[in-house]
Amino acid sequence: MTVKHHIGDDLILAYATGELDEATSLLVATHMALCPQCRQALELAEAIGGTLIEAEAEAEVADDALEAVFGRIESAEKPATPSPAATPAQRGSYVLPRPLRDYAGGDVDGLRWRGLGGGVRHLPIDTRASRAKARLLYIPAGSKVPDHGHRGLELTLVLAGAFYDEGAWFRRGDVEEADATIEHQPVAGPEEPCICLAVTDAPLRFRGLIPRLAQPFLGI
Amino acid sequence: MSAHLVAVAQRQDREAFAALFRHFAPRLKSYLRRFGDSDARAEEVLQESFAAIWTKAGRFDPSRASASTWIYTIARNQRIDAFRRERRPQFDPNDPAFVPAHVPDGEGTVTSRERFQHVSEAMAELSEEQREVVRLSFFEDEPHEAIARRLGLPVGTVKSRIRLAYGHLRTRLASKSGGLL
Repeated sequence: MTVKHHIGDDLILAYATGELDEATSLLVATHMALCPQCRQALELAEAIGGTLIEAEAEAEVADDALEAVFGRIESAEKPATPSPAATPAQRGSYVLPRPLRDYAGGDVDGLRWRGLGGGVRHLPIDTRASRAKARLLYIPAGSKVPDHGHRGLELTLVLAGAFYDEGAWFRRGDVEEADATIEHQPVAGPEEPCICLAVTDAPLRFRGLIPRLAQPFLGI
Repeated sequence: MSAHLVAVAQRQDREAFAALFRHFAPRLKSYLRRFGDSDARAEEVLQESFAAIWTKAGRFDPSRASASTWIYTIARNQRIDAFRRERRPQFDPNDPAFVPAHVPDGEGTVTSRERFQHVSEAMAELSEEQREVVRLSFFEDEPHEAIARRLGLPVGTVKSRIRLAYGHLRTRLASKSGGLL
């Protein structure tokens, strides 16, 4: 499985600077979990942040700050040991990668979907005060993906199955970027239900000029 | 600095941690002052950031990022948490659903130190104007609007300038790394 429809540079840069709201960040981070190529672009963007920190002026820090940090460390709970690396046998055992699985409260089988009619189901994801809204969509094979937003940028990340829109197939890991100026009607593939994460009303300025369709970062 | 971070992860080395603190704390404080409304609040988030650096040091991978890059991401996440009261969704490389890169780490790619060096050089080659928009895009919570106000430019112009500067940076980096990054 190779991702063909990537996230635009505007979004990668905004995720690296910390500008993106929580719902849009959730979609970007989940795409990153599935896309080594975009992670490489992110590493570059974050390295810019690193060089800027190196070049920062030195502000005055409280005299007892280091001791205060050690105090915080000691009073805090012991750090959770990081989860062990997945074994090859475990790979592919989840439909929803983290962080989405944590936000949804489990993998797809255990979710409390709500019906939207015609077999289409959805599950709103709580991203607090985030301006953009995130939800999971479950579209039966061959059904139309409901229209999910009219304001701002809409981003759709495929997690299972596939949908077809505007002459292209979108499969696991692929992201479609659209806005209200585009009249489109995605349809789930004929073989299996399509599960995707839809983020709507994200700030329009993150819409790329040209979709980064299978365009490798830095031309590699 | 990477070696200090590794020493903190492997041996809970307080001397190494103190060295990291001496180097990075004044710089991170400057960074955090840009987002918070008071010096006291920036100081608090600074201490939270260093507590997070201590507890999360085990996740630092020197083959993927330089110490300053990794520490930047920790401070960024802490300030989103503290100043915006939002969570910062992140992928987990140990998740069974995580798709690893085909190329094994360190094979056919530049080292994190070389990449950091290349990024620094590419930044230095930008025009003053371009460097400023890139810098501000990392240092403002609503960069486009804030940069537009500060430089007296329309938001659309700021957006295209950031894009141009970032594109320029990537092209420079591609040529420095021989196409590999």
